Amino acid sequence: MPQGAGTDGLHEPQFALHVEDLTVSYHTNPVLWDIDLDIPPGVLAAVVGPNGAGKSTLIKAALGLVRPVAGHVRYFGQGYAAARRRIGYVPQRSSVDWDFPTDALDVVTMGLYGKLGWFRRPGRAARARALAALADVGMQDYAARQISQLSGGQQQRVFIARALVQDADIYFLDEPLAGVDATTERTIMALLRRLRDAGKTVIVVHHDLSTVRRYFDWLVMLNVRIIAQGPVSEVYTAENLRRTYGGQVALIEDLPPAPGAEGPTAEGGQDGPR
Amino acid sequence: MTGLAELFQSQLVQTVLIGAALLGVVSGVLGSFAVLRRQSLMGDTLSHAALPGVCLGFLLAGGRDLGSILAGAFLTGALAALAVVLITRTTRLKTDAALGIALSVFFALGVVLLTLVQARGGAGQMGLSTFLFGQAAAILRSDLWVMAGVTAAALALVAAFWKEFKLVSFDPDFARVQGLPVLVLEIALTVMVAMAIVVGLQMVGVVLMVAMLIAPAAAARQWVRSLGAMVLLSAAFGAFSGMAGALISAQARGLATGPVVVLVASALVLLSLLLAPGRGLIWQALRARHDAQRLRGERVLLTLHGLGAAHGDPAYPSEAGMIDAFHGVTSRRALARLQARGLVRAVRHPPEETPHWELTDSGRDAARAALRRTGGDVEGRAR
Repeated sequence: MPQGAGTDGLHEPQFALHVEDLTVSYHTNPVLWDIDLDIPPGVLAAVVGPNGAGKSTLIKAALGLVRPVAGHVRYFGQGYAAARRRIGYVPQRSSVDWDFPTDALDVVTMGLYGKLGWFRRPGRAARARALAALADVGMQDYAARQISQLSGGQQQRVFIARALVQDADIYFLDEPLAGVDATTERTIMALLRRLRDAGKTVIVVHHDLSTVRRYFDWLVMLNVRIIAQGPVSEVYTAENLRRTYGGQVALIEDLPPAPGAEGPTAEGGQDGPR
Repeated sequence: MTGLAELFQSQLVQTVLIGAALLGVVSGVLGSFAVLRRQSLMGDTLSHAALPGVCLGFLLAGGRDLGSILAGAFLTGALAALAVVLITRTTRLKTDAALGIALSVFFALGVVLLTLVQARGGAGQMGLSTFLFGQAAAILRSDLWVMAGVTAAALALVAAFWKEFKLVSFDPDFARVQGLPVLVLEIALTVMVAMAIVVGLQMVGVVLMVAMLIAPAAAARQWVRSLGAMVLLSAAFGAFSGMAGALISAQARGLATGPVVVLVASALVLLSLLLAPGRGLIWQALRARHDAQRLRGERVLLTLHGLGAAHGDPAYPSEAGMIDAFHGVTSRRALARLQARGLVRAVRHPPEETPHWELTDSGRDAARAALRRTGGDVEGRAR
């Protein structure tokens, strides 16, 4: 756990998420190397990078699900344990067994278990909140539906509703648009924009470079190390894409116009690893 | 029949039945969580690993003392679980390989110890071999208190931490993010499974004990829509198989209880897999047939619609042979079903003698709706 000295005093409270020197390795292979990352509050941020770049691991390390070998993470200046109530999480849809015997409403209610505390069952108020969250993602008609009978896009929306009832200030979403239909994608992005407009910070692991500029206002480019970070307009450059993705950039449709100079917040001087 | 009534009044049979019911309930409840967490093979490893502990308990106590036998079983079961964790953490072997290794090593050790105990001779060694396949008749009235205690404790824990166990079983990462002590909860579930196994050893035996965890839960899953219903039904299935198996094996001399219990439970699984509404194989086959018929009917409808459009007459009477030729198969039954639904009607079309069919008004609407749904050209021909 990243527990630096002085958990009482706030450390870098101006950032919704502050990551410093974070390194994660599996069996001596670094998956994330020396990550320094600052995300200001109130942005809708994408984390992009090729397969194996460590995008999911970055989120899991920030959430304490993966133990880093070095570094620390702060939320609004606080450590993870202190800030836990302000954090919402939408894991990858494939991370659970959707044949679990339960319905959509029950899954959304699970987002309230942490706040309910021990020995307390979710009551009418919890049910109402879960129903409201389902309505927010356009799933109010599916509350009683078995989760095994939902489509992929509907399952994804149930997961997002579960994070909504957490009523967090900063949300992490791991590939929320993977394998969903166009309608769901529009619904989800409209919802994430509303969250951002309400002052929340939304961090999304994203795989579709062609929509980065349309959907997001902040961008983190990752390939084991941080390649670049900052406002999309400054960071989304052909040069940064090449450094992040290597030769695969030819596949990207939405290449930005050739930039005069590299984005000012891009970290210069560091070569992306091969 | 009088034989059966006498049987129920016998104290031995009562003891066996109560014991089997208790074991069925506790393993049914905990098995639900084990199956949903994909931990059922852990149960198999734990139960096989209990055998060396049974023998050690016997050797140390110098006789068939249930307390030391159960303690030994629990101890070696825990050691096996620890071995699995260590193997997966320190090597690149996956969980299934680690479980297999721990299971076979501990069971081999148990068989060797069992042979040693039997070679030494002694009054109790016959009783020891019942731990392999179980012998319900070996249960004593005093054993019931142990079984009832374990069952009550497990049920109380599951009730008290219901929502936590549910979330840990469904999505452990999300549970951790909400601040739940996931590791403690997972260990609690595993320890409870180990307790259930230990109390079931006498009755079902180490070899087949895992079936008492898996089978009732797997059968129950087919019928339910919530975790609560699954746990309750699984407990009922477990109790039923336990009691039925104990009764049947008590009828035949020397028939081990474990295999009979497992066969009863497996019959429940088979029936559930076949019959359960929605998930059962028979139900699914019927639905697939229904879907195929609906699809066939829709295609015939679209053909009629297309022929009508091609002839500039929506009510164009199509000759049955033409429809068959278009589809390459006979469409008589599909047409009969459409007729029953009021979508087509049989007409005469002199001078031809052959049967003809035309769309009714509602048939035309249905064809257009189908075309719109599949993105076809409503006024044009069927694709």
